This record gives sequence, structure tokens and C-alpha cells, in this order.
Amino acid sequence: MDMNEIKEIFFQECEEQLAELESGLLKLNDGDRDPETVNAVFRAVHSIKGGAGAFGLDDLVAFAHVFETTLDCVRSNRLEPTQDVLKVMLKSADVLADLTKVARDGGYVDDARSRGLVKELEALANGNVPAAASKAPEPVSVAATAPADDDGFQPIPFSFDAFDDEDDAAKGQTYEISFRPRRELYGKGNEAALLLRDLTRLGEMSIICDTGTLPVLDQMDPEQSYFSWKISLTTEKTQDDIRSVFEFAEWDCDLEVKAAEPASPPEDLPMVPVAFDLSALDDGPFNIEPVQPAVDEAVAADVEATDVATGIANMAAAAARVEKKEAASAAATATVAAQNAAATSTAGQTIRVDLDRVDRLINLVGELVINQAMLSQSVIENDASGTSAVNMGLEELQQLTREIQDSVMAIRAQPVKPVFQRMSRIVREVADMVGKSIRLVTEGENTEVDKTVIDKLAEPLTHMIRNAVDHGIETPEKRLAAGKDPEGTIKLTAKHRSGRILIELVDDGAGINRERVRQKAIDNELIAPDSNLSDEEIDNLIFAPGFSTADKISDISGRGVGMDVVKRSIQALGGRISISSKPGHGSVFTMSLPLTLAVLDGMVVTVAGQTLVVPLTAIVETLQPEAAAIHSFGSNQRLISIRNSFCPLVDVGRILNFRATQANPVEGVALLVESEGGGQRALMVDAIQGQRQVVIKSLEANYTHVPGIAAATILGDGRVALILDVDAVVGASRGQSLKAEMSLAATG
Amino acid sequence: MKKKVLTVDDSRTIRNMLLVTLNNAGFETVQAEDGIEGLEILEGCNPDVIVTDINMPRLDGFGFIEGVRRNEKYRAVPILVLTTESDAEKKNRARQAGATGWIVKPFDPAKLIDAIERVTA
Repeated sequence: MDMNEIKEIFFQECEEQLAELESGLLKLNDGDRDPETVNAVFRAVHSIKGGAGAFGLDDLVAFAHVFETTLDCVRSNRLEPTQDVLKVMLKSADVLADLTKVARDGGYVDDARSRGLVKELEALANGNVPAAASKAPEPVSVAATAPADDDGFQPIPFSFDAFDDEDDAAKGQTYEISFRPRRELYGKGNEAALLLRDLTRLGEMSIICDTGTLPVLDQMDPEQSYFSWKISLTTEKTQDDIRSVFEFAEWDCDLEVKAAEPASPPEDLPMVPVAFDLSALDDGPFNIEPVQPAVDEAVAADVEATDVATGIANMAAAAARVEKKEAASAAATATVAAQNAAATSTAGQTIRVDLDRVDRLINLVGELVINQAMLSQSVIENDASGTSAVNMGLEELQQLTREIQDSVMAIRAQPVKPVFQRMSRIVREVADMVGKSIRLVTEGENTEVDKTVIDKLAEPLTHMIRNAVDHGIETPEKRLAAGKDPEGTIKLTAKHRSGRILIELVDDGAGINRERVRQKAIDNELIAPDSNLSDEEIDNLIFAPGFSTADKISDISGRGVGMDVVKRSIQALGGRISISSKPGHGSVFTMSLPLTLAVLDGMVVTVAGQTLVVPLTAIVETLQPEAAAIHSFGSNQRLISIRNSFCPLVDVGRILNFRATQANPVEGVALLVESEGGGQRALMVDAIQGQRQVVIKSLEANYTHVPGIAAATILGDGRVALILDVDAVVGASRGQSLKAEMSLAATG
Repeated sequence: MKKKVLTVDDSRTIRNMLLVTLNNAGFETVQAEDGIEGLEILEGCNPDVIVTDINMPRLDGFGFIEGVRRNEKYRAVPILVLTTESDAEKKNRARQAGATGWIVKPFDPAKLIDAIERVTA
């Protein structure tokens, strides 16, 4: 792994942290005061800052630092996270996201915006809490480099290379160092011997160890510090360099460093010189048992420095004690381990996998399904009775294949949460722009759907949200006048329903202005001035190509694309969209999407000798038309009467130009399908072969778009079957030619 | 013999940087994602030195350090705190919890290795 890969990981992580940040801030906005929420928000910014620093992304660091400082005020209860405060923070989160994006992809950030927010954040950190002023960030311009207070605590650079030349060092100043560690020094994992070793690298040195306070072994507390050292060091380094050796330990020892008089070291001190063999530190012998280094060291010194003979008996006693203690500690650690294991078992275990690998797996499983189907078919052809062992085995294989397929699909399933979270930013920004106050409520964010569906969902959803904010919700004044809460609410929900995902976008705005929509449709020649339309039909006119309700094109939603584009993209996903609206109370957009784009439950039918697959979700019922139920209408239109209502009959073979004349309906089967507008059509096919799950193979990717055809698949016998685009066929039956459909699809 | 370093950090970025830096310097590296996992891994991994972050979910660096110091078997292992938390108060708390030393993020690989060398035999 190289730095670029780590950087990529960093940006991935940033995305997660930004999502975490935003959802935490939104929780706070809803009144959540759980300290863990505040901590999670803080950690998110903190993590981004940490990583950004490592890659020298200074803009990001500088902004994250200011943000972090303000968040720290919230964390330590010095700043109340009011709505106003959170508004600034949510905006800051947006800027942080922009800065991250720029750091990754290049481009420009809105400098004025981020500078403004830096000021606002600083004001929050300073204004409310004068005491925090001392630790408030330096006046940061966004382009400032790493914050200075970080630098202030950087460990002093310590390079051993500089000390290689010991001959020269010997010529320097001599220092007298007195070093008396306290027991805490050992307790924190510092080690006197290592500090002394570091000291030797500074120059020529002689060490005298004072073992005077060392008690006899059986009175010795293994945790206590008994030794102290007097060191005479000749070095060219400064006193500060010497002190920096004790940087980690200075609180836990008595340390004195002073320049020595040129006089020779005093010789009448009551001290025993101890041989100080540095080679012992280099590995093995000093790689102590993990009990207590202090003991070993003390024992080692003990053996050398005190009378061995009197020590032996005591040592045996001490050793026995140590063993006992070890046994007890082993038991204690075992319990701790068990507790920890219990604590972590609840946490979810996840791994990250490259998307390509999953896609490859899905492709392979698709091939497996096809292969299995082909195998089944050829066995059935050769074994009519269906009782042979091979046949039985194949059934099991079929079941297993199906399960593998479901499991693989589940890998790709992702919660819609990230897309929903993006929407809250859009609501914020657009609401700000148009001067409205709007709250976004999301529900069912954890509803899972195939990743490709999620990826393609963001765009139409963004467009719809913009529309809802711009056109749906009224201005606060209008809302007040209408007796509503001045703050509008947009609710975004997701749920699973009968093998599809249902996404609803509900606003409590003014609803569709049917008069205006109707007028607009007439002006744009979408409908005849005298046409008689139901409310539902009028509402659905907004999805018509070339329709835009805003009287003046606004910045936000009037970018030349209307709801027809939204509808196209939803349809391209195999989904449907509909609207219902109540004047004065708001609108509800309902989208129903397939959970996956990789497989499809379909009905296999025959039309003019061709095998076609009709998506099962589109079919309401199938029926065998009787001659009496068929009514001709106009030159070549026919209707079928189903339970006392009439439904247009569409010959699929004719629409797709498989045959020149319409087939006799009585000889075929009618599939009653529901189309986008809510109306029903009866599709005529010659025969139904069966129902099965098929693996979708994109026609566009392998061939080219064919009007009326959504995709292709490979059947059990190895033949390619086309998957019918029901909506396109129904549209064609309404008089729009398939060619027109095609050009629309291309522009959409 | 390779020295073993246990690193505890919730950031994948930092974990990877530590891994690369330490492996390049010839250390054996074991990694945990938070304090709880750190204490769990500690058992049986027998590290020569521990490098830990402070801000982490579930169990933060302070709690983790205290946990290590309470552990009879591993309480003498040197612990370096790796964090951007640079004000004196945080450093003080880390020391009180039992930290051996500290490294300020963004860390410089050379400084990290230096600091580790300083506290290990």
C-alpha cells in the first residue's frame, strides 16, 4: 500500500465522517442532547482534520480546526446548541464537504462563504464564552497552514544521526545531571535504563548509581523506585537537549541538570559505581518477563550490589510471592477478557469489498442461473418422467442457485440513508436561497435497495426536492396567512412493499394549482382547451414532456428540465411515479422502484413466433378473451370488456412490427397491465410459456436501444429473449410512435 | 526479533498510515479500532509498545490507557498517545491515565519511530 492508496482511503473515510457529522447535527437539531451524539459529531470533524493534516491538506485542516474548536465548546457545555448555532454548523458541514471534495477532485471552493463561516464559528466559540478566548484558534485565514497550537506541543525533533560523532561531542561542555525517578515513572511504562541509554547518545558520560535506599529483598516493594543516578555528561548539546531526553518522564522524576564546574567529580560520595552495560539493553536479556521490569532490574542490581549470601533465602520467599501474584493476575485477566468479549460481540462486523468484485460475482451468479436453467431444460427433454436421480438433484441445484442469487443480491443492498442525507443539504440550501423555512423529515432511511438503484435515485430525487422547496412549500408569510406553521415540512420516506421499494415525498405546501396547470397545458398545446380531465389527470400533467409550472423560470428548479425528466429516470430504473395533491394541504409524490436491476420476475410469452418476457410487476391479471368481449372501435382500435368496463386492447406483435396485421384476439391471451398514467391496457400475446426469474442483460451495453424493448435475457434453452418495455408499448398504443419514445429517451 | 506494536485508532486513514510506517520500519503491527477492541487484542498479543489515539468511540484513549495500566500482565507496556489533541490539559489527562509519551498528529514517520525507539528496549 502506498500513500496514494491511503489517501483514497482517507477520502472514503471522509465521506463516512461527513455523513456521520450531518446526521449527528440533524439529531441535535431535533433536540437530541445525548453526549454521545455530540461526541460523534466532534470525532467526525476531528478525524477529518487528523487525516487531512497527514496529507498536508491545509485548507481542510484550517477549516476543520475552527469547526472543531466550536464543537468542543458544545461538547464541554460552554455553548448551547441552539437552532441558530446548529444552522451555522450545518452550513459548516456543507463547506467541509466542499473542501473535502476540492481536496480530492480539485476545483474551487466559495472562499467568501467559508471565510464567512469561519468568522461565524469563531464568534460562537468566543462570543458565548470569553474564557475560551485563550484557546480559541489563531485568526485563521482559510488558507492558513497547520494550526500553531499543534506545533507548540510537537515533540522536539530528535535525530540520532546527529550524535554519531562522539569524539567531537567529548569536547563539549560537561553537565552534572541528577536523576531520581519516582515509582510513577515506572508505572507509566517509562524505563530509567532507556532514558540513560538515550542520554549516552548525547556524548561521553559516566554514571553513578545510588543504591543506598535499596532494602533487603524480602522488604522490597517491587513497584517502588529505589535507585537514583548521578550522571556526568560531556556534550556539545545544550541543556534543553538533555532535558528533552526526559521529555516523557519529567513529571515523574526529580531531575536536575546543571553545567559542571571544571573540577573533577567528587570522590567521597557514599555511592557504589555500578557497571552499566549498554549492550544488555539491545535485546534479549533485557527483554524482560512481562511481570514488572522494576523487579527484574532491582533483582539484577541487587545481586550485583548487595551481599548475595544473605539474599538467597529472601529471594526464594519473594519468588514464591511473585508466583502467587501472577496466578491471581492471570485469573483476573481472564475475567477481563471474557467481559470484553461479551461487550464487543454485539457490535456489527463488516468488511469492505471492492464494488467490481461484487459485480463480477453477480455476473457469475447470473451465468450460473442461466446455465442451471439450460441444464434443467435439457434434462427434462431427455427424461420426460422427471423422476430420475439427475432430475431430483437438479431441483436441489435450482434451489441452491436461487439462494446463492438472493444472497449475492443482498450484498449489493444498501440503505438509502446516504441519498436521504444528501437531500437535507439540498433542502437547506434551496430554502435559504428562496427565503423559506423548511424542515426535512426522513423516515425508513435504513430501507435497503440495490446499490445501482441508489446511485441512480439521487438525481431524480434531488430534482423533486428542489421542486418541492421551490414550488411546493409557500413563503412563511403565505403560510401564516393560510393559518399554517410558517416552517414548512417535507417528509421523505422509504419502505419495502411487495418486492419493491416505495419512496414517498410529502410536502405540506399549497398543493398543485390545478387551474394553472390546466391553463399551462392548454397554452403548451399538451391538451385540447375543451378536454375534460379528472383532478388526477390534471395533476399528472406535470410529468408531461415540456411542462413547467413556474411562471418565471427560477434559478433553482427551472433549469430547462421538468418533472418529465424525473419521470424518465424513474422509468429507466423500472420504476413508476405518481402524484396526488390536495389544494392547500400539499402534494404526495410516490415512487415505486425495483429492489434490484440485475434480475427480474417475468412472464415468458410468445408473440408471432418470438419469445418475450413481460415484467411481472406490470401485470395485473391474465385472461383468455372471448369473442363477445371484443369490441371494435374506429378503424383499427379494439376494446375488451372486462367486468363491465372497457379497456383498450393492444396487439404487442403489431406494435413491435412483428406482423403486419392485428392477430385475432380470441386465439391469444390478454395480459392486463397497469401503465404509468394509472390507466390499464390489455396486451395481446399469442401464448404464455411460463413464469420465471430472468437475469437482465442490458441491450444498450451490448447492442443498441430498441424502442419498446427494455432489455434482454438468456433463457434456459440458450436463446436470447427480449424483455418488453410495457410503458413504451402502452405509450405507442396511445398514438405516440415508438420512434418518438426513442428520441425522448435519448434527450431525457 | 521484531518488536510488536499495538496501535489503537478509529480512523482507517491513520491506521493505514501507522501500518505502513511501522511495517517499513521493521515492526510487527497489530491494530485495533477503539479502546474496547484494543484491550481485547492486548490479551495474547503481548506488544512491546502501544500507540493509541484519544478520541475514539466506545472507549476513548484515556479509558484504554487506564485499562492497560490496570491489567496485571501488561501494565508495564509503554503507551504512546497519538493525537491531535494538543492542549496541555489533554496531555496531562493522558499522563495521569498512565501514558508514557505522546506523538502529535499529523505524525512524521521519523518522529513516530524515534518516539517508539525511545520507550522500548
